[in-house]
Amino acid sequence: MTGRSRHVVARVAEIAQGPCKRIELAGRAIAIFNLGGEFFALNDRCPHEGGSLCKGKISALTVSSQPGEYNWTREGEFIRCPWHGWEFDIRTGRSVCDPRTMRTRLYDAHVEHGGDVIEGLAAGKLLAAESYRVSVEDDYIIVEI
Amino acid sequence: MTPAAYRAIDCDVHPHVPGTNVLLPYLEPHWVEQIVDRGIHSLDSIAYPPNAPLTARADFRQEGLGLQSLQRQVFDRWGAQRAILNCLCGVQLIHNTDMAIALTRALNAWIAAEWLKKDDRLFASIIVPMQDMDAAIEEIEHWAAHPQFVQAMVLANGESPLGKRRYWPLHRALEMHGLPLGIHAGSSYHNPVTSLGWTNYHLEDYAAQSLGFQAQVASLVTEGVFVKFPRLKVVLLESGVSWLPGFIWRLSKFWRGVRRETPWVDRPPGDIIRDHFAMSVTPFDGPRDADVVRKVIDQIQSDEFLLWSSDYPHWQFDGDAKMPAGVPESLYAKIMRDNPLKLYPKIAATRTEAVR
Repeated sequence: MTGRSRHVVARVAEIAQGPCKRIELAGRAIAIFNLGGEFFALNDRCPHEGGSLCKGKISALTVSSQPGEYNWTREGEFIRCPWHGWEFDIRTGRSVCDPRTMRTRLYDAHVEHGGDVIEGLAAGKLLAAESYRVSVEDDYIIVEI
Repeated sequence: MTPAAYRAIDCDVHPHVPGTNVLLPYLEPHWVEQIVDRGIHSLDSIAYPPNAPLTARADFRQEGLGLQSLQRQVFDRWGAQRAILNCLCGVQLIHNTDMAIALTRALNAWIAAEWLKKDDRLFASIIVPMQDMDAAIEEIEHWAAHPQFVQAMVLANGESPLGKRRYWPLHRALEMHGLPLGIHAGSSYHNPVTSLGWTNYHLEDYAAQSLGFQAQVASLVTEGVFVKFPRLKVVLLESGVSWLPGFIWRLSKFWRGVRRETPWVDRPPGDIIRDHFAMSVTPFDGPRDADVVRKVIDQIQSDEFLLWSSDYPHWQFDGDAKMPAGVPESLYAKIMRDNPLKLYPKIAATRTEAVR
């Protein structure tokens, strides 16, 4: 798509399940999450006041159909902004409190093999920092912005 | 346009209780003796001191505060077609549980016999003896089928926040009978009217009522009462209006950050408030500036929230009862007629004439 660019941001092994990795791409702060081998890249800026989501706590979504009931669901799939506690769905970037209008941008993120990455870089279809070294044995995370 | 033009329902008028002597015919001999021997002549509280200007406007007071005076003012002079009696008599203050139950029963019986029976344009709230939940339910069951008892009434400042589970039997019974829970300004004075402690002056007491209302709204929403009882409606009476938008904002805003504490509150508190609450318009607690009043109404974000009330005989205005200045005329029909009729189907059932 015009105007979009695809960036090599990290080796898969660098992004552990659990903590979030914060990277900078073309002046944008991006939070990368690993949910059981699936990778998600969110704009690392809470749409409320701009807190860094990456510094927040990753937790579950507690849902309930009646008072006194607490259902712990989707453990590890929600990030809470460290500033005011707003929760965001890591898979969609949508807030829990106002999912329709309050969301942080979700960028496309996927994994490519080192060999393909090297070809992509050579063909100019992928971008990476100048000093970035790609090895054929590794897998890499590509983020499209 | 006048209340008459809209065939208005006056949702908050107060029948005057001259003294405990009027309740004696409705009491068991034991309680008659207790009242007489102890010299309990009245149950007036400092919420509405008998001679305070707020309690009864001077000209109303001069005319007398009985049934005929109320009929003359509310129906003949102002042109309301129906009115709801919310009886303010300090039965809520009584600590002796059995005496509280006996006097509250007597009060409801007195309202039925001395007011409702004498004028079928009058409707009333069942006064609930909150000192005992079993008795509260019994009282509601006793009057629920009466065609003129249209809601239950408690005071804004009672024993405890109304959302707590100990009150769920009450909410269950009200939902089952399709009766709204009316919360009226006032206090049982079992707790100070402010969380800071007791106040010294009448002005502080009356102004602090809105804090009690706020706490009740927050409690009913956060405790999940409307998740448990989705058809329950709550009416805030003589609560003041203008504090509401700011409070909705505050409650909804903070909910966003602490939502997971009460996960059953699964949508913004403001949405829940708009779906389940209504509010009488007098006092509005706004300036004379019509623009400000209009803004407050816009901020409530619902045309179905407000109910017209004169608050007779309380001195909230001079001259004739009308809509607070600034309420857009396009809402008069809803506030004076449609909203009350929707909330109180028993009143709607008595209006056989074609609706304009």
